[in-house]
Amino acid sequence: MTSAHVLEDRSHFRGVWVFLEPRKGGLRDVSVQLIGEARRIADRRGAPLTGILPGHRVGDMARHAIGYGLDRVLVVDHPYLEIYRSRPFTSVMAQLIRRHKPEIVFFGASKNGRDLGGRLHAVLETGLAADCVKFDLDADGNLDMIRPSFGGKSLAHILCKKHRPQMASVRRNVFVAPRHDPTRTGEIVPENVELSEADLDVNLIEFKEFTREGGLKPDEARVVVAGGFGLGGPEAFGMLQELADLLGGALAASRKAVDSGWVPKTLQVGQTGMTVRPEAYVAVGISGAVQHLAGMQESRRIVVLNADPKAPLFEIADYGIVGDLFEVVPEMIRQLKASRVAGGARPLGALAAAP
Amino acid sequence: MSSAPPVRQSTKPLRIVACIKQVPKAEELQVDPKTQTLKRVGVPSEINPPDANALEIALSLKDRHGAEVTVLSMGPTSFDEALERAVAMGADRAVLLTDRILGGSDTVPTAYALSETITHLGGYDLILCGEETTDASTGHVGPGIAGHLGIPQITYVSELLLEDGGVRARRTAEDGTEWWRARMPCLATVNFGCNSPRDPSLTGKIRVKRGGLVTHRSCADVGIDPTKVGLLNSPTIVAKVDTVRLPSRTGKVFRGDPKEAVRQLLEALRADRVILP
Repeated sequence: MTSAHVLEDRSHFRGVWVFLEPRKGGLRDVSVQLIGEARRIADRRGAPLTGILPGHRVGDMARHAIGYGLDRVLVVDHPYLEIYRSRPFTSVMAQLIRRHKPEIVFFGASKNGRDLGGRLHAVLETGLAADCVKFDLDADGNLDMIRPSFGGKSLAHILCKKHRPQMASVRRNVFVAPRHDPTRTGEIVPENVELSEADLDVNLIEFKEFTREGGLKPDEARVVVAGGFGLGGPEAFGMLQELADLLGGALAASRKAVDSGWVPKTLQVGQTGMTVRPEAYVAVGISGAVQHLAGMQESRRIVVLNADPKAPLFEIADYGIVGDLFEVVPEMIRQLKASRVAGGARPLGALAAAP
Repeated sequence: MSSAPPVRQSTKPLRIVACIKQVPKAEELQVDPKTQTLKRVGVPSEINPPDANALEIALSLKDRHGAEVTVLSMGPTSFDEALERAVAMGADRAVLLTDRILGGSDTVPTAYALSETITHLGGYDLILCGEETTDASTGHVGPGIAGHLGIPQITYVSELLLEDGGVRARRTAEDGTEWWRARMPCLATVNFGCNSPRDPSLTGKIRVKRGGLVTHRSCADVGIDPTKVGLLNSPTIVAKVDTVRLPSRTGKVFRGDPKEAVRQLLEALRADRVILP
């Protein structure tokens, strides 16, 4: 396999990199969100911030990316990189890292970002911390990579002291995207890497885009109404959808509800699902296993509806009702409708970002 | 990257390696409201649920096409429980890589040690892993194994079919479903919840009872370089762990008559400008 990589001298490694993931002619949102945080770390290290953009015909995307706060973008433009594949993207990143020796490399924890990071860190034999939520620097200038440990009840500080680069991934919506400044200037550097046809070891034969069934996605909505095992079956999600619509929100679910086959996995919030941080998270019949908390505890307001007063989720509730869900939810729907008819409430979703 | 292993010869039965980990049961883990810490005492273990989904894919390929399914894990001998369950579900054998010097390994040595063990076990066509574990939840080990072995990888797979000496796999991306083809040998990581893992069968349990199907290997048995594994040879360390201070919540909980409770809740939400009056 590749060379062992306990690195000659850490001080040769300088600069902060962000992997820019192209997706359908644009940058994936998590890549943009990362640029803001990476800028902050680069400034504290007194080092330049570089975006790495492998793809095909991505020049315009590279120039646009500068506006989010990059100093330069290394562009690898190659027909073999037109779509994401593990082997050629890993090869590109490994070649560039060996050539330029960055100190820190950030990845978005998208499916492709994790696919890439996992393969790359094994090839380079260096540290990669997954799903970080915060970064800092220790006294020696090492990147302090902070990630939730089991279920998000505690935060682990991960250090990679002897190996370089230090690599970390971040889920979407953990950081807020920086404002785009179209007047910002930066360097676009074309890079050559060696790629061969043998690198194309997997072939995409079909892609079927998810159809949005009219509804908002939980990780994009300002209000999330989530249902859990306490609802007793899939039928109850009908009334939850109605409640979500009245609140201008999106429907979501706990792992147990997904596990039970009541709703698709695309609605799952929690450790093995999505992370959401809406203005308000309304949890209906969710007891609050830690792996669920990991996906929603950053919500600005948490509203808990549960028949069981001992449901652990009440511990982190801002508001709640203990009661029969089949009385409480229809009553909420009725009263919300009534106040709307009376010319009253705007939905929650219309609320601008709160402090 | 190294040259790829030879393409499989179709005359032999398909050789599948399913990598599993034993983890504490996720749904049993809850926060103690008094101490604000995880209730861990007496929490039972299980096969990491996404790994069970990967094993189910391996076993259904065995049902359909005939295959030799080897289950592999790395950890303390208490992991035998998960390996025995895997054999009782229908795996042909299970191997535990267990050695004190592996303690504290992060994902880099883990991927290295597992790939060395897979090679040591004498060839493979398909390696299946869960998308991530529910305890460490990195998802790095599967792709790391593929990287070490220099073989194709397809991650986040929900369905996997054999086709002309290769595989055809359905991958769930953020915005759609992708169908990929890869030659074998290759590695796939499997989505949590994409199938219902079978229960152990009675004959499976009897096979376990007879013994000999779950075996152990040490690093020396496999030829693992001791300078590349364990806590000290892991690139990352956990420097410290903080208890999360969740933002303080006001915790206004209403009870009693639903009509009145809802009225009070909505009033509170309006007062808090969560719903604009």
